[in-house]
Amino acid sequence: MAPIRFEPLAEGALLLHFGEGIDATTSDRVLAAAGTLAHALPEVECVPAYASLLLRFDAGSWQGCDGLAPHLAVRDAAMAALASPQAASPDPREVTVPVCYGGDAGPDLAEVARLTGLGADEVVARHAAGHYRVAMLGFAPGFPYLLGLDPLLAVPRRADPRTRVPAGSVAIGGAQTGIYPDALPGGWQLIGRTPLRLFDPAAAEPAALRPGDRVRFAPIDAARFDALRAESRP
Amino acid sequence: MSVHVLRPGLLTTLQDAGRPGHAALGIGRAGAADPPAWRLANALVGNTGGEAALEITLQGPALRFDRAARIALTGAPIDARVGDDLLPPWTAVDLPAGSVLRLRAMRQGCRSYLAVRGGFAVPPVLGSRSEDLHARLGPFGGRALAADDVLPLGEPGAIDPPEHLRIRRWGVDPQPWFDFAMGPLALLPGSHAGQLDARSRERLCGDRFRIAASSNRTGARLEGGALALAAPLELVSEAVLPGTVQLPPSGQPIALLAEAPVTGGYPRIGQVAAVDLPTLAQRRPGDTVQFTAITLDEALQRQRARERDLHRLVQRVLDRGESER
Repeated sequence: MAPIRFEPLAEGALLLHFGEGIDATTSDRVLAAAGTLAHALPEVECVPAYASLLLRFDAGSWQGCDGLAPHLAVRDAAMAALASPQAASPDPREVTVPVCYGGDAGPDLAEVARLTGLGADEVVARHAAGHYRVAMLGFAPGFPYLLGLDPLLAVPRRADPRTRVPAGSVAIGGAQTGIYPDALPGGWQLIGRTPLRLFDPAAAEPAALRPGDRVRFAPIDAARFDALRAESRP
Repeated sequence: MSVHVLRPGLLTTLQDAGRPGHAALGIGRAGAADPPAWRLANALVGNTGGEAALEITLQGPALRFDRAARIALTGAPIDARVGDDLLPPWTAVDLPAGSVLRLRAMRQGCRSYLAVRGGFAVPPVLGSRSEDLHARLGPFGGRALAADDVLPLGEPGAIDPPEHLRIRRWGVDPQPWFDFAMGPLALLPGSHAGQLDARSRERLCGDRFRIAASSNRTGARLEGGALALAAPLELVSEAVLPGTVQLPPSGQPIALLAEAPVTGGYPRIGQVAAVDLPTLAQRRPGDTVQFTAITLDEALQRQRARERDLHRLVQRVLDRGESER
């Protein structure tokens, strides 16, 4: 297990590197550390990514500890907390996301089939069979980056990004898969769409998915998509 | 009791200190692009609760006040009139009920702040009244003001409603808080700065870059001789911040501003020092930017000194306003 590398990013920001790649083991370490530090250092904001964890803090309130610069004081506090982790992370939730694959809901399904050399049905079957985990949220509010894509489904991003991807679109970009929570510009390949609302700023918990959640995709047909969409409208 | 938007201006948004604490959900902070100017505008009108102000970009709006109000304009100096009366910048002014405030162009700089005593009484979203245009989040759904919008005003506390425009006797010298000289900006080297090729490393802190017209609250796009990495880098997305200077494949750097997304996947070649980030936000398309390297310790010292000065000034302005009421 690689040691944690600490990088001061800005006056009030420290980046903890746990590795370099997109893999479940590294992501596990990041999310466990995020849980521990959120508990041990509540005044520090923890932002997990695939292989790194950002700590944001008020540089003014961390000054003066034995003359240490604030990021050194935060580094030491983080190292001490990580040496004796508390079981503070909430249990990961299991979330099933219904997806209508192909057709208008997934206009790039045929292109993904062509790029992978698999049939469209095979692409859907492999995508829906995956066990995914939310590694991080980013790009836009509530946008989940999911670990666990079948490597055979990895395809390049579109050469020509769309200016507006419909909300709920399920997409593949490189070795990653994710869901657009809102109508956004985007360059990933769209293979399906969920009727679930992934982000609602007025809700007690605005993002439907949070880092660490386990996700399964359940294929549905267009009629079911319309019915569920009508139900999930506010 | 409200302000009616007669003309929205080029891009006018509600902004406060922003929306910290939600980055793990993919939600950036947003908030005023020039926080000291926003804080001083509020202090000049006697606000102490982090009230939202209007952030005005390049061309100002026309606003009708349906009740008396104490206002102040800070940030970039802007042509501001009520009828034929010219309003002084960085000074508190009392407007009678029914005043139409017409804001036009800025002589220099990119963003002015209009604070109103009592603030704007719109419901906060996730703890903030900032409009995040990038994330489409805020009291107006993350959009700029439009004609016919109505902004409810908060409780102004005790002011005597004036019958005529009344310019208050207290103001702030903008000189230390607005960079009229357009000097170089301090840059902390980013973790991938060492992987620029030798010529690009010289250019990063040496060349002048021009602010591109496509710049916005998310980022200042810097045009100049393209920068290049010595060898391509394979990166996975990680956290970015306001001030982070990213290098996309085009070789034209992007310095992220208040509406920075929370993660990004481009090489990070620098971080604009916090003390100079408001100054960067005041550069307008066509202005130039030059960077000068700074160490983290120097950046911290300058930022602390700046914060101390600002805190003292805010206190003095508030005390003065209190004693003259």
